[in-house]
Amino acid sequence: MNAPLREQKAAQRLMIVDCDIHPIQRSAKDLYPFLSKHWQEHLETFGGHVRQGLIEQTMWPRMMAAGQRADAYPAQGGPPGSDFELMKRQHLDVNGVEFGMLVALSKGGMEERNPDLARALSSAVNDWQLEAWVKRDARLKAGIVVTGEDPEHAVAEIEKRAGDPSFAQVILSPRSSEPLGRRRYWPIFAAAERAGLPVGLHPAAIPGGSASSGAGWPTYYMQEHHTFVTGSQATAVSLVMEGVFEQFPKLRIAMIEAGFSWAPALGWRMDRIWERMRKETPHLKRPPSEYMREHFWFATQPMEEPENPQDILQVFDWIGWDRIMFSTDYPHWDFDDPRQAIRVRLTDEQREKIFRANAKALYRLP
Amino acid sequence: MKLPLDGAIDCDAHLSVPNVAALLPFMSEYWRDQIVNRYIDRSGFNLMSYPSRSPFTVRDDWRAGQDTDGLDVLRRNLLEPFRLSTAICHTLHGSIALFNEDMGAEFCKAVNSWVARERLDREPRLRASILVHAQNPALAVEEIERCAQDPRFVAVLLPVMGESPLGRRLYWPIYEACERHGLSLAVHAGSTYRHAPTGSGWTSFQSEDYVLQSSAFENLIVSFLAEGVFQKFQDLKLVCMESGFTWLPTLIWRSSKTWRGVRTEVPWLDRVPSEIIRERIRLTLQPVDAPRDPKILNRILEQIGCDDMLLFSTDYPHSHFDGEDVLPDGLSEELIRKIAIANPLAAFPRLASAHAGQKSRETVQ
Amino acid sequence: MTRHVIARADDIVPGSSRIVTVAGREIGVFNVGGDFYALANRCPHAGAALCEGFISGLVGADGPNQYRLERKGEFIRCPYHGWEFDIRTGQSWCDPKSMKVRQFSITVAPGETLVKGPYVAETFAVQVEENYVVLDL
Repeated sequence: MNAPLREQKAAQRLMIVDCDIHPIQRSAKDLYPFLSKHWQEHLETFGGHVRQGLIEQTMWPRMMAAGQRADAYPAQGGPPGSDFELMKRQHLDVNGVEFGMLVALSKGGMEERNPDLARALSSAVNDWQLEAWVKRDARLKAGIVVTGEDPEHAVAEIEKRAGDPSFAQVILSPRSSEPLGRRRYWPIFAAAERAGLPVGLHPAAIPGGSASSGAGWPTYYMQEHHTFVTGSQATAVSLVMEGVFEQFPKLRIAMIEAGFSWAPALGWRMDRIWERMRKETPHLKRPPSEYMREHFWFATQPMEEPENPQDILQVFDWIGWDRIMFSTDYPHWDFDDPRQAIRVRLTDEQREKIFRANAKALYRLP
Repeated sequence: MKLPLDGAIDCDAHLSVPNVAALLPFMSEYWRDQIVNRYIDRSGFNLMSYPSRSPFTVRDDWRAGQDTDGLDVLRRNLLEPFRLSTAICHTLHGSIALFNEDMGAEFCKAVNSWVARERLDREPRLRASILVHAQNPALAVEEIERCAQDPRFVAVLLPVMGESPLGRRLYWPIYEACERHGLSLAVHAGSTYRHAPTGSGWTSFQSEDYVLQSSAFENLIVSFLAEGVFQKFQDLKLVCMESGFTWLPTLIWRSSKTWRGVRTEVPWLDRVPSEIIRERIRLTLQPVDAPRDPKILNRILEQIGCDDMLLFSTDYPHSHFDGEDVLPDGLSEELIRKIAIANPLAAFPRLASAHAGQKSRETVQ
Repeated sequence: MTRHVIARADDIVPGSSRIVTVAGREIGVFNVGGDFYALANRCPHAGAALCEGFISGLVGADGPNQYRLERKGEFIRCPYHGWEFDIRTGQSWCDPKSMKVRQFSITVAPGETLVKGPYVAETFAVQVEENYVVLDL
């Protein structure tokens, strides 16, 4: 097969900040340099212990090629996202990536039930991001993957990495054991705020301990896919209504791979209900939608495709043109190509904001 | 703004059974014995979703007399001021949250009988939904068969969050019975809390849970689409009650896009979801979860793209609006007329079969 | 219009495909049951390399749990978002009216008709006794 032309063309005028790239270990062995012998042996025998019924498979099998771009499988083996050269060749170089924000959520976050293994993995994944990715390409920025369910260690890990410009945000999954606005998570927000780092919320594939919807478990992947939206809505509501932004007025939240067009309706809905029930949440000093407007940024992938493409402009208006940040979700199947994903005419200023300036402002990129 | 016309059909109003004692006459001896001797009748049966004294569950100026002379209060607060021709009433009795399926079924039977005797018999403007305990579909179908004989029952009532997503095949006997009798399926906001209300666990606040009812309705619709309920039951009408509606455009866009990539997983889903949603799903008006700016409301309605979907409701006695300002500003007169009368008639086919003002011979005892 | 010889017919067997670059375009060449089709290697949805996707059949169902796989080998599923395209017509299954991948004219010609020219054959000499797949651009 001929090498696709797209791999050969350089990105001429296109320059973007991609707010969602997924690097992954080729195998657990990639983490061994950053793990003690004890944990290496543990992984080889007991393995990981997460909140689902199957070890190797997701319980809602994905559609195309295990949910990855079929052309992103490295020729020499390993999962998509494990080969730096391939990522560079087929994405970073051809899609004009000026900066790529890494979301390395497959391990080391909130999924591991063994608390000491979880701590070891978190630290190892952050070391691995530096060595295997950031040091190889200055365009890449790591996200501090923390043990969200173990706030003490999460704080320690944030404090350890804070000040290192290789890390641009703290990564949490909204599929947590309690909604993230609850007080047990507040030390993590305090540490992120102190460090001046945004918190990037990206749903992990593995559920957090509760059924993925309030009515129970989905049957089909089509439904599970939508719970990424409803789970993110619940997290946004929790953060707002628990008063996290009263406590941490400088905290900034990036919602990644959650969709975004639902945000205005959710803000309006919270406002109308708060009007009547506000005595229950006296710690909220302002209408909930104002907290959303001030503290949330949204990555675009998966881009909405309304029947009338102009409707997307209305949604951007409602959310705020300074809050939308382009993302590709490379190497997943529903990858958004920067040249194709937005189907409406944007002004140069709008284009610059969405594709670069907003992310640069949030993540304090040069 | 106020309703500019007479004869609107309120598709979501609530009745409440004053106490367990009121249900005992409609139960078997065995159950009367159980309920009295186990002191079950000494406590209320309110769903956690609707604490009776919350500022939201009953509007302050509607509060007086709710528990005892409920029917006069209903006439005074709802039927007369809003000049309704019909109010479809839903009795969300907490017994649907019981785990004992037999007890739950018996309570549902008693509630439906109480509604027929104490409300439908006494006020010809009232219609009702059939309360069932979904977790035993066979028993639920028995109750649907019993109540379906009475044309004043126009729908079957389920809470949006129960033990499983409602599209699942295990519930299909209920939908089959609905379709056979022309009963619409009324899925109402509320949870039996079998599960944490969110995929990230247990929330802190009632108001938080109330906001997130809309997420539950999104998942409900995706469940119905993915499981093929609309293909299997071609005549079944799904009415989302107290769901809000400003979340609909995103759901229409998202489910239609996702469908193109997941179609081979659910190949019975043979049309783009946007078409199915607009044809088969209806939603009641309250709460209007939109800003008061009519321009924004109308943009949302444009994005929803279908005038047939919204059904007038007050959601009495829940508190969503002040005075009689039940309608949001900015709706055209033509749309108001559709929402108030034509859409409800289409959404509940059995409304046409029992004339207002007449008591049908076959009524539920 | 130029004629481009892209392969010996025997080299692209039924059920297989090949992506070729001709006059600056990437084109997927498919052999569906002995008939050849040529589609642009560019998904009309969002520009993905469509022809690198999965060749399969058409999944259908009369109702839940009644799965059918028909028209095997006639559909390609885009490797990005999984959209299904009929190889013979280029039409999207979900959106036949508004979503179609660009098709190119393709034939099989015996070598003896080609040796006379004119044609472009980037990679090999045409033999009189062989059949060749020819794209018209």
